[in-house]
Amino acid sequence: MGAVDEALSSPYRRRFLQAGAAAGGGLLIGFALPGCNREDRKEPPPEKAVGQATTAVTQAPPGLAPNAFIRIDRAGQVTLIVHKVEMGQGTFTAMPMLIAEELEVDLSKVKLQQAPADNTLYADPMLGGQVTGGSTSVRASWKPLREAGATARTMLVSAAALSWQVDPSTCTARNGVVTHTATGRTMEYGQLVDAASKLPVPSGVKLKSASEFTVIGKPVKRLDSPDKVNGRAQFGLDVRLPNMMVATVAASPVPGGKLNPVDDAKAMAIKGVRQVLRIDNAVAVVGDHMWAARQGLTALAPTWNDGANSAMTTASIVADMSAASKEKSGVQARNDGDAPGTIGKATRKLEAVYEMPFLAHATMEPMNCTVDLKPDGCDIYTGTQVPALAQGAVAKITGLPLDKIRINNYYLGGGFGRRLEVDYVAQAVAFARQAKGPVKFVWTREEDIQHDMYRPYYLDRISASLDAKGMPQAWFHRITGSSIIARFAPGAMKDGVDPDAVEGAKDIAYAIPNVRVEYLRHEPPVPTAFWRGVGATHNVFVVESFIDELAHASRQDPLAYRRALLTKSARMRAVLELAATRAGWGTRLQPVAGRRVGRGISVQFAFGSYMAQVAEVSVGADGGVTVHRVVCALDCGQMVNPDTIGAQIESGVNFGLTAALWNEITFDKGRVQQSNFGDYRMMRINESPKIEVHMVKSADEPGGIGEPGTSAIAPALCNAVFAATGRRIRKLPIGDQLKA
Amino acid sequence: MPTLTINGVSRTLDVPDDMPLLWALRDVAGLTGTKFGCGVALCGACTVHVDGAPTRSCVTPVSAVAGKQVVTIEAIEQNPAGRRVQAAWREIDVVQCGYCQSGQIMSATALIASKPDPTDADIDGAMAGNICRCGTYPRIRAAIKIAAKKEA
Repeated sequence: MGAVDEALSSPYRRRFLQAGAAAGGGLLIGFALPGCNREDRKEPPPEKAVGQATTAVTQAPPGLAPNAFIRIDRAGQVTLIVHKVEMGQGTFTAMPMLIAEELEVDLSKVKLQQAPADNTLYADPMLGGQVTGGSTSVRASWKPLREAGATARTMLVSAAALSWQVDPSTCTARNGVVTHTATGRTMEYGQLVDAASKLPVPSGVKLKSASEFTVIGKPVKRLDSPDKVNGRAQFGLDVRLPNMMVATVAASPVPGGKLNPVDDAKAMAIKGVRQVLRIDNAVAVVGDHMWAARQGLTALAPTWNDGANSAMTTASIVADMSAASKEKSGVQARNDGDAPGTIGKATRKLEAVYEMPFLAHATMEPMNCTVDLKPDGCDIYTGTQVPALAQGAVAKITGLPLDKIRINNYYLGGGFGRRLEVDYVAQAVAFARQAKGPVKFVWTREEDIQHDMYRPYYLDRISASLDAKGMPQAWFHRITGSSIIARFAPGAMKDGVDPDAVEGAKDIAYAIPNVRVEYLRHEPPVPTAFWRGVGATHNVFVVESFIDELAHASRQDPLAYRRALLTKSARMRAVLELAATRAGWGTRLQPVAGRRVGRGISVQFAFGSYMAQVAEVSVGADGGVTVHRVVCALDCGQMVNPDTIGAQIESGVNFGLTAALWNEITFDKGRVQQSNFGDYRMMRINESPKIEVHMVKSADEPGGIGEPGTSAIAPALCNAVFAATGRRIRKLPIGDQLKA
Repeated sequence: MPTLTINGVSRTLDVPDDMPLLWALRDVAGLTGTKFGCGVALCGACTVHVDGAPTRSCVTPVSAVAGKQVVTIEAIEQNPAGRRVQAAWREIDVVQCGYCQSGQIMSATALIASKPDPTDADIDGAMAGNICRCGTYPRIRAAIKIAAKKEA
């Protein structure tokens, strides 16, 4: 399990399950899904009734509260109430599959209802926090959802057996119906729910083995597709409330800057503008609609006191980082043998500096939050990966108790880590304290790109010594960059090491006798946050590029070189071989007229999944890179919905390619220099390669699929560029580095 | 006060003439299926049909569409090509986050309506203005080909 997973999902410490009568009739099963171990959470959650849904749960073990529920009503309809959010990754489809499998109901009978924000109800009260992130949704739900389904089924079968006065083992459950095999008598689940709800909760129900699965592992259509093709799906930006106004926002373009006085009259002169709201570092213009608000903000033309960071440039940030990483040692994340000593004495050694840029998330739906703040309560309408953190932020600003703050969560128009942050919610609520009625706060694309919380800039110094056969004897990797974990989940810092910043570096799978990995925390005044693929996206690029350098320096085939070093992991080797075979590694690439062609490979273990990729590229005389084909081999354990897995890998590859080819956020005079898709380029359909996903069949526990595609692609791409041109890309993005 | 025909219904909207159609649709007419992505016609999320032609509503003033037929995602199922595109989208599960897909479907429908059997180059030409951050492009391409083969 990766570092971010550890930070985002609590250890599955105790499994608890409760049952009782649902309000309004039916059977209610309450159980716990791991949430987030926000160990910085100070106060224990208030002791209080856990709400309408559970008041009837009678058999709760003391001190334990469920955070997910299955309700089966008298019509046999099954409702799963969970806190996970759908941001494109298919969770809303995969989770009902896990229930349907063990409950023995048709998948169409399982509806999913998103839980409101309430840490006391919907997350582990000892650890707190509702989080969707770290490719954890299916992994964290894998056992508890199936157990809950199996428990409900067992109780329904028992209820039927009791009414027939037969042994439950002589009954079977299929498709929402219990059958007494010998007599052929049947009862539907809906007829049994009330009787079942009075039975004791069985313990130790047996789960199906993989060979018995009828739902899991079969391709299933996404349940959110119909509403997403007809315009009915509601995203946060689509909220409309009675008497709602629309505002757009400008925040200080320089981190830490303050708003200078503004003349409201300039904005108020625009028809439809209703109000100007100001906070310390930002201003919002409220209007009847977005057009009035935008024109009002343009007319207002706010100015700023830039403060201490007014001279900040990317060059100054990188110079500081580079100097620090040269002069200082980092905290050791791993230290096997004597890597520095071995490299110091070696006759054959390589060293390199790799750099990765600040990156914006650029979700298609810009940041937005609708606030209806009243003296006695607050309604928030938004899309967030962390409803409970949003609730906490609102409480802090308004002073309202948590139970007076309702987070109404919507489909996310992309998450990618951006909506793990609640800055846009906090800002909207701060403005709303001055507003006269509900306001939808909408960031423009420019505001969204320039006020993101960015993937950190990383500067990595890496070196290795080679033996006479060209194999690495020592490996030294010093990572320098800001720490997201130290801010987001300080309790997850381990002896000064940010486990996310070293993920994919600390745990390299290659058999090298001397390894040291260091983490040097360096905080430029730029807000940073998780970005799809998190630590692995940074480190897999560095590790898989540098291992490629070693292979070439040793005049060995990059595939054979990796294979020789992967003596410890059969699953790593298996995906490597599968990707290579399917890509035709070692065969001649189809020539492309006027262009140099090349093939590159990468392999990783990240997010609980094994993945190898082979990229085929061509490079033109102008230095432009075209990616023709990406062959992926994936072992993600037991597949839940194979269709979603393929889609997520395709998505991850294109997301990673976009960044590796083109994306960087840069600063000048303290300001972000990019502003919209014109200078923060997104891949388009004509640039999307052919992507193949080949699966290794496995019955192991499911691994994550939302992020591996992203973390594996940059090194495969850059290794292919090297094969084509002999140019080693050590700094992302590729941009125009290959020109001339 | 421009009068527009939106999804076959004539409506007079109390908005300034220079207001982009996008905001008139979303904030005034209450049709939120058309999305805001960039505001400068770079991403295609706001694509609607104006007299059948795919049009970026974020840079189209309402005055420019007065007297014309505006069709949004909410009514695209009334278009035979639109129905085929939606069915193909569902058939191979194109959507992920879904935010850009209204615009993708509007562009794809216009393509199929004008070129019943589009080549890859036709697809690139018609769809390159629509960004999908989830990178669903392989499935968008496949779905357009499926839609083209479907019976109207």
